[in-house]
Amino acid sequence: MSETQQPLLSVRNVKVHFQVASGESVLPWTAKKTLKAVDGISFDLYPGETLGVVGESGCGKSTLSRAILNLIPATDGEIVWMGKDLRKGGSRDWHRVRRDIQMIFQDPLASLDPRMTVAQIIAEPLRTHRPELGNKEVMARVRQMMRRVGLTEQQINRYPHEFSGGQCQRIGIARALILEPKLIICDEPVSALDVSIQAQIINLLKELQREMGLALIFIAHDLAVVKHISDRILVMYLGREMELANKRALYDTPTHPYTQALLSAIPFPDPARERSKTIQLLSGDLPSPINPPSGCVFRTRCPRAEARCAEELPKLHAVSGDTQCSCLLT
Amino acid sequence: MTLLQVKDLGVRFSTHDGMVHAVNGVSFNLDRGQTLGIVGESGSGKSQSVLAMMGLLARNGNTSGEALYQDKNLLTMPAHELNRIRGNRLSMIFQDPMTSLNPYLTIERQMTEVLELHKGMDRKSAKKRAIELLDAVRIPDAKRRVDMYPHEFSGGMRQRVMIAMALLCEPEILIADEPTTALDVTVQAQILSLLKDLQRDFGTAIIMITHDLGVVAGLCDQVMVMYGGRVMEYADADHIFYQPSHPYTIGLLGALPRMDDAGEALTSIPGNPPNLANMPKGCPFYERCGHALDVCADTIPPLEATGERSQVLRACHVPVTQLSIQGQDKEALHV
Repeated sequence: MSETQQPLLSVRNVKVHFQVASGESVLPWTAKKTLKAVDGISFDLYPGETLGVVGESGCGKSTLSRAILNLIPATDGEIVWMGKDLRKGGSRDWHRVRRDIQMIFQDPLASLDPRMTVAQIIAEPLRTHRPELGNKEVMARVRQMMRRVGLTEQQINRYPHEFSGGQCQRIGIARALILEPKLIICDEPVSALDVSIQAQIINLLKELQREMGLALIFIAHDLAVVKHISDRILVMYLGREMELANKRALYDTPTHPYTQALLSAIPFPDPARERSKTIQLLSGDLPSPINPPSGCVFRTRCPRAEARCAEELPKLHAVSGDTQCSCLLT
Repeated sequence: MTLLQVKDLGVRFSTHDGMVHAVNGVSFNLDRGQTLGIVGESGSGKSQSVLAMMGLLARNGNTSGEALYQDKNLLTMPAHELNRIRGNRLSMIFQDPMTSLNPYLTIERQMTEVLELHKGMDRKSAKKRAIELLDAVRIPDAKRRVDMYPHEFSGGMRQRVMIAMALLCEPEILIADEPTTALDVTVQAQILSLLKDLQRDFGTAIIMITHDLGVVAGLCDQVMVMYGGRVMEYADADHIFYQPSHPYTIGLLGALPRMDDAGEALTSIPGNPPNLANMPKGCPFYERCGHALDVCADTIPPLEATGERSQVLRACHVPVTQLSIQGQDKEALHV
């Protein structure tokens, strides 16, 4: 994306910390500990762009997406939407912003109210945010949106349980798009779907994005899916940014040791390549976010870690071109 | 040497909606040290076919056909005989490592139990063996961790414990039902490399059930592609990936986002998988197939060897030559 454009969304040093009971004791008067789910994330998102966010479970990618919508309030930092810091505003400001930022969730069935019909589900955002619209207008828009996402009008009075996972995800997409938002946050939208259905949903999202000029934040753990849909990719580990780069740069020349390990771990559907490749295996497990390692959070599993990695806290810095990396050794 | 011979395996369930034929006519041979991959989407019958072999079907399930292990049919074997084989010569790793370990028992108790039962070991030597196996699957500090409970382990560690437990009696056949689906990629890579090492060291034959074609490519010699309870294509891994001869296999490979593609639209397979309670009369893939002929609508295609390539079995009425135009496109795109 061009640098001259005004970013749609700027996330500056956002932190989400939770107070949790400490592990050893369940007594109510013991001091609480801080779990740093998201610890200082910054990025810009430009109109029409897709930012992929990848990382393993527990890296804070879902918490980050919820913090952008204030579904989980951020503890610190700035969330600037079209030039306005949302964390300084009140609930009315958030309400207004949610007309422009919508979300698609991972579990297609669980994210739909089982007691509402498809029409009610898709119409609900309009009824909340555009109360001035008459019933006729609302239903006309619902029908149009259903056709657009590949559902038939005959299904309008059915309930979510009557649909397959892929179709439920289409309902979720219709609900997110009905307000014509500027940004959609997709939290693992295809990871619960079969491969053939997954391809349908990814293609649909890409088409809709092109048509409506949407910006997407696409969160997933499947790096092949993220690569397919994103322009830029943010790699997270234990609540921190490891690397932020253009898709091509990230996959061709990954800079951060974690990105390198992550990419080498992905199995390719190509037997010859799989037999010959060497995987850079990471040792050990993800450390606890309650008690993260000092300095660089990745150092305990990093194959290149040095003494100073334990002392200095690495900051995201430009490495080459658009690639930013938070490794002391690069 | 053929370890396991499965002939015309069928699984059906009697449900309120009538008889559901979950698996139909699955046949394969498994040799020592070989890895067979069974690939398919949810509802394709891949899990039910191995659960049938292990005698683990739900109560309303019925089997037909044969699964011969040492000339004995696993499917008709009485439970006490089957108990001597499963967990011992034939063991299984499940998808979810949390729900397949007993939360009330320490790892030590769960592992020694297996050895006491199958090998008649005493508790002390069984514990020693359990620690050896935990070491073999690279659980750090196994001596101390063997006395812990499952909840004290992370997901990847639990899956290692499951693998260690499955390998306690050095089985000849290891069935892995989506063993890495619940895990992160870096952990998945650790587990897969572990399986490869163990296979090399113990010579275990593996049946790998997965929906992830990438996992199959790295691990399997032979691949069976299932859809709607039937085998669509059965061939060695190279044929499946480089020269797929069934429209469903071609579709599946095309639908896969790849790390090495340029980012064009994915060739998705239109429609949804069929409802097993209400299967079409002919080929299960008929409704979603871009090559379907009239005959496909009402005749189920038999699983046959293709003309020039006898090692490739496919169930399709459409001749391979008619698929080749699209097949070549695919190869140009992906290989």
